[in-house]
Amino acid sequence: MEMESRALYSPRHPMLKKQDDFEDILEERRRSSDLRYALRCYTPTLYRGLVPCKASMLKSIVLQSDHLQYVIKQVSSESGDSSECVAEEASLILDEMAHRLQLSTIRFFAFTLSKAFKRLFRSVCVNEEGIQRLQQAVQEHPVVLLPSHRSYMDFLMMSYLLYTYDLPLPVIAAGMDFMSMKFVGEMLRMSGAFFIRRSFGGDKLYWAVFSEYVKTMLRNGYAPIEFFLEGTRSRTCKSLTPKTGLLNIVMEPFFKGELFDVNLVPVSISYERILEESLYARELLGIPKPKESTSGLLKARRVLSEDYGSMYVYFGHPVSVRSLAEGKINRSQYNLLPRYIPQKPSADTHEFLNDAAFRLVRIQEENMVLKPWVLIATLLLQNPDGLDLSSLAEQTDWLRHLALAFGAFLDWPDGEACSEVISCSLALHRHLLSVSAGHVQLSVTDAPQVETTPEEDVFHRAVVVLSCASYRNQILHVFLRPALLAVAMQSANSNRKDDVYNSFNFLRNMFSNEFILCPGDSFQDFEEACYLLMKRGVLQVLEHEIVMSASGHSTLAFLSSVLDPFLQGYQVVCRYLCEETNENLTEKEFIPAVRSFALKLILAGRLKCYEALSSDLQKNALAAFLRLKAVRKVKVGEQETLKVNKIAVNSLEDTLGGKIPTQKPILARL
Amino acid sequence: MASNSSSSAQQRLRIIAGHLQKRPEDENAGVAPQECKAEAPRSEPSSTTPVPRRRQEIMKWNGWGYSDSRFLFNKKGQAEFTGKRYRLSGLILPSLKDWFEGTFGANLKHRSPATPSLNLSAVAPPNLNQPFMEDLKAAGLSVSHDPEDRVFRAHGHCLHEVFALREGRIGRVPDMVIWPSCHNDVEKIVELACKHNVCLIPYGGGTSVSSALECPREETRSIVSLDTSQMNRILWIDEKNLTAHVEAGIIGQDLERQLNERGYCTGHEPDSMEFSSLGGWVATRASGMKKNIYGNIEDLVVHIKMVTPRGVIEKSCLGPRMSTGPDIHHFILGSEGTLGVVTEVTLKIRPVPEYQKYGSVVFPNFQQGVACLREVARQRCAPASIRLMDNEQFQFGHALKPQVSSMFTSFLDGLKKFYITKFKGFDPHHLCVATLLFEGDRGKVLQHEKQVYDIAAKFGGLAAGEDNGQRGYMLTFVIAYLRDLGMDYYVIGESFETSVPWDRILDLCRNVKERIVRECKERGVQFPPLSTCRVTQTYDAGACVYFYFAFNYRGLSDPVHIYEQVEHAAREEILANGGSLSHHHGVGKLRKEWMKESVSGVGLGVLKSVKEYVDPQNIFGNRNLL
Ligand SMILES: Cc1cc2nc3c(=O)[nH]c(=O)nc-3n(C[C@H](O)[C@H](O)[C@H](O)COP(=O)(O)OP(=O)(O)OC[C@H]3O[C@@H](n4cnc5c(N)ncnc54)[C@H](O)[C@@H]3O)c2cc1C
Repeated sequence: MEMESRALYSPRHPMLKKQDDFEDILEERRRSSDLRYALRCYTPTLYRGLVPCKASMLKSIVLQSDHLQYVIKQVSSESGDSSECVAEEASLILDEMAHRLQLSTIRFFAFTLSKAFKRLFRSVCVNEEGIQRLQQAVQEHPVVLLPSHRSYMDFLMMSYLLYTYDLPLPVIAAGMDFMSMKFVGEMLRMSGAFFIRRSFGGDKLYWAVFSEYVKTMLRNGYAPIEFFLEGTRSRTCKSLTPKTGLLNIVMEPFFKGELFDVNLVPVSISYERILEESLYARELLGIPKPKESTSGLLKARRVLSEDYGSMYVYFGHPVSVRSLAEGKINRSQYNLLPRYIPQKPSADTHEFLNDAAFRLVRIQEENMVLKPWVLIATLLLQNPDGLDLSSLAEQTDWLRHLALAFGAFLDWPDGEACSEVISCSLALHRHLLSVSAGHVQLSVTDAPQVETTPEEDVFHRAVVVLSCASYRNQILHVFLRPALLAVAMQSANSNRKDDVYNSFNFLRNMFSNEFILCPGDSFQDFEEACYLLMKRGVLQVLEHEIVMSASGHSTLAFLSSVLDPFLQGYQVVCRYLCEETNENLTEKEFIPAVRSFALKLILAGRLKCYEALSSDLQKNALAAFLRLKAVRKVKVGEQETLKVNKIAVNSLEDTLGGKIPTQKPILARL
Repeated sequence: MASNSSSSAQQRLRIIAGHLQKRPEDENAGVAPQECKAEAPRSEPSSTTPVPRRRQEIMKWNGWGYSDSRFLFNKKGQAEFTGKRYRLSGLILPSLKDWFEGTFGANLKHRSPATPSLNLSAVAPPNLNQPFMEDLKAAGLSVSHDPEDRVFRAHGHCLHEVFALREGRIGRVPDMVIWPSCHNDVEKIVELACKHNVCLIPYGGGTSVSSALECPREETRSIVSLDTSQMNRILWIDEKNLTAHVEAGIIGQDLERQLNERGYCTGHEPDSMEFSSLGGWVATRASGMKKNIYGNIEDLVVHIKMVTPRGVIEKSCLGPRMSTGPDIHHFILGSEGTLGVVTEVTLKIRPVPEYQKYGSVVFPNFQQGVACLREVARQRCAPASIRLMDNEQFQFGHALKPQVSSMFTSFLDGLKKFYITKFKGFDPHHLCVATLLFEGDRGKVLQHEKQVYDIAAKFGGLAAGEDNGQRGYMLTFVIAYLRDLGMDYYVIGESFETSVPWDRILDLCRNVKERIVRECKERGVQFPPLSTCRVTQTYDAGACVYFYFAFNYRGLSDPVHIYEQVEHAAREEILANGGSLSHHHGVGKLRKEWMKESVSGVGLGVLKSVKEYVDPQNIFGNRNLL
């Protein structure tokens, strides 16, 4: 398969042309015996500094480590418990946590997953060069695998692939919620998962066991460590703001000189159709999520009978922690304290980690293979009343060129007519659409036959919209910066560059919980947006002014509509906060309350934007308002309540609506 | 190999003579039982071998050491060492060629010879301060502005310094050389220098490896190299208090030999002791191989006299320890010629030990070796010297095995022989060796030896004989000569050192070695470099680590620059891994940029204000350290 190669579009992302050939690993599976494959001789490439060690030895190395011994003594003297007692606790924590990776389990999965994957997917495409790079990287330095997280499938797939390519099997940091599924949990444990409690905030001992466990495996080159920077599965298919805790743990052995380097390998996993698609939409709408139980997963058998198209796994270039940290981290800060004494990362380190995490997620985004359907989904969302097929074809083609010009990693089938491509996509996603008389529109296809209330109707429709949005969201990162500029141009005071920049900055700041925007990059982002739109002939960027070209209107209009659901959604949240009279609003009550507020607006015909119902959007908006200090958390007794600064919220709302131009004072306050 | 010969006149320490000096026994086959101890006297009368004023008469002007001693590949392609001075002298080293070509990807056909002689016209005419000259003449002090004399004193032994000389490139050199013969001469010179505002650079043995002797390019005044070599007398020996009062220009081998003749020694044996001077040691905070028994230079000095532009600084008595505020000796120690001239030093001396014994231990890997050294230090039972070489250095040591010599019974042959029985399980690509030197009275040495070998055994270490130990020490003395050989065939290299807490040694060694390899690769060095280390000193709280780094520079347009970039990166790596800026080589101008980071801004300010007070005119203008 030939991928579109990407243009070098920005000095900041010197994008290597992604000429990688993809290999469909299922092809071989469809040709030869799965059993033989599962039992094949597995001889992984090994790390040259490997300290051979059995899983059982691992435990005692961790428990005997200076670091853990130190923390055990410390906890014991603080709590008054005997250190034997604390050590015992540490040992139990480790038992609860530790993986029990066994090749036999992997072989079992190799067999069963082969069967499953072949039924689910048309193809599973892997970039071969990425595999070769990984093969190299694995030998040189300990490796950390950082896949994107969109589905439960992700880590099974990762281990499956590494087994396939004779790469060392990873150990995977997984959330504890799996553990409630007894059997599955144990199976996953035996395929390399280790389990971390969701929250263990101040628990020193837990943290010590956990971090030492991960570091020991890393230092000894025991196995590649795999974890999800985003922390959890993204229900929206937008990348989530990365977490830095585990990143810090895997980088520390380098900071402290225990390892010469660590290779971070971002992996982008994308699905043509997501298995959890409607589950996610329901979850975002507050339709309660079934507890992850084994039986629940079994029900997912129904899933097996459907067609999920292709899946893509792109192994990115290994990122050396050493080069990342060059000039940013002064490693001698660790000189004056014995290295086993845990140290909170310094402010500098923290900033570095955060920055690195964002950059890694950006790499994941950029390497995400996109299918034509994401373009179609984008257009269908912008046209709630639907489109004629001919017009859809025309617009899709236009959008395809725009996306490519902006550097999208688009997998557009070679030499196929646009209409052909579109009808294939529509067929795969038919459950979200209705096509009749050459007209296509989003629609509820599996509506129950029984009478429904207007509220239920709204939710049914919302499920479709949010499902569809999860595809549009995959390409948002491509349009994001130009779209912010497009909106900024509309709302800015004037065409003056600094005015536009101010508006841009305001929006960027507003949406920094919503999208992946690297902290401190606002100027580069602005420049990049200008550059891309200039290159497209949409704008002219003069010395002091930014002027729209005659032909630029449609592009700018498209780009602004890309952000429209978010602008509207945030305004709804503002409106709610201004109108809300409950003085003791808690964070917990916030989401349901905004949801019913938005629902009312929709039912009243005053709001068309179903995405305002998404709890993800609402959560992000609240986080932004808290960050911008328009809302504050106040402790009243045991409860934390939200205190709203209505004037500030009001003015944010106005600015988002483009009513009053962004003024310096507002910016300054931000 | 050891003896307990009692005649003190014959008791000679195995300093240079011990490590290197050719002795008649060497010609005889068979291992003489007295090998280590009973050194034959030198051919020259021992007490009268001062360093000549015209050093170039016996020493190389563009390389290391004595002119008569050098490595070369003979017509048969075999390495040999010329001259008569050293144990290796006149011997063939059959395995050196293969090691050399294999390690560096070098080829004996590809030569990069040095400019044969100094091109006098390349030396800028001296910038002489006439009134100063006249005053010196009136005071009866002898000077020279002969270009050879000046060029000789314009450098130490950093790679870039020697490389430039080999290419015939001469930078800023002192405008004249002056040889005081006593403390009073120095006082006079310093006084006149202040009066006429000339720049003085003290010169001891010229073995500096920190660019300390380089003339600052920006210096516009007349630069005078103050050569201390003629101040080389032992002024008195006090047997009651075991101290000796010595002029600071004396070089290590002369000091030790003369004390030995009286039955004493200082025990201070830096690897450069053939040429480096007492004053140089004080000025750089030198460290000797046997510091475990005798201490480093700061432990050895009882009293120092230094002439500064403000006058003479010294203490009023010879008390062994004082609580009189910060120790003023510590402003002098390590001052690197920036404050004044050390003229006389009172040193502790010890009776020459009755017995000496080398030893060696082979470990399965470097980690085990370090763990053993750590345990030895914990139990505070380190022998006079204990050094742990990594695998590359172990192999290097092997390449230096001479063809026929009783001394050098083949370790590898031996190894092969009992590989099956004894060293089973040792991977020749991982094993490493510790070399040991014990000294003291015979009974105690043997007891001590057993203690150390017992500890070693706990870490998988197996005793590997005295020869290997001795050859290990020899390596350090010939390494500087070997560098010249490398430079004849496109190979350049250098050593550098640090000190580091015990728990960081392994990480630091691995990271620094790897950083070197990587930096070389990134800079286009075609063949992987030699990047190797050893632990050379142990302390309660850490150890000194010494690195060798060399590479084949064929195809590179500016090899010295690349070399310097790599060394710079290696130093950054050391600092990032908790190592110090220097354990004993000092700062000079080479490592100045890291001083502030190393001692804090305030610390540097303190040093600056001392300089400001002592030498406001910057007469001692070599611009080291600060
Ligand atoms: C092959 C080799 C091996 C070495 N091994 C060791 C070792 O084992 N241990 C160790 O510590 N070092 C070692 N060194 C480094 C060097 O030998 C030491 O720094 C030594 O102390 C320098 O002494 P020097 O007399 O040669 O001084 P020089 O090189 O002449 O001068 C060094 C500095 O001291 C100043 N100085 C010299 N004499 C005086 C004086 N009388 N008063 C004031 N300032 C003065 C000079 O101005 C200069 O700044 C080695 C160097 C080489 C080349």
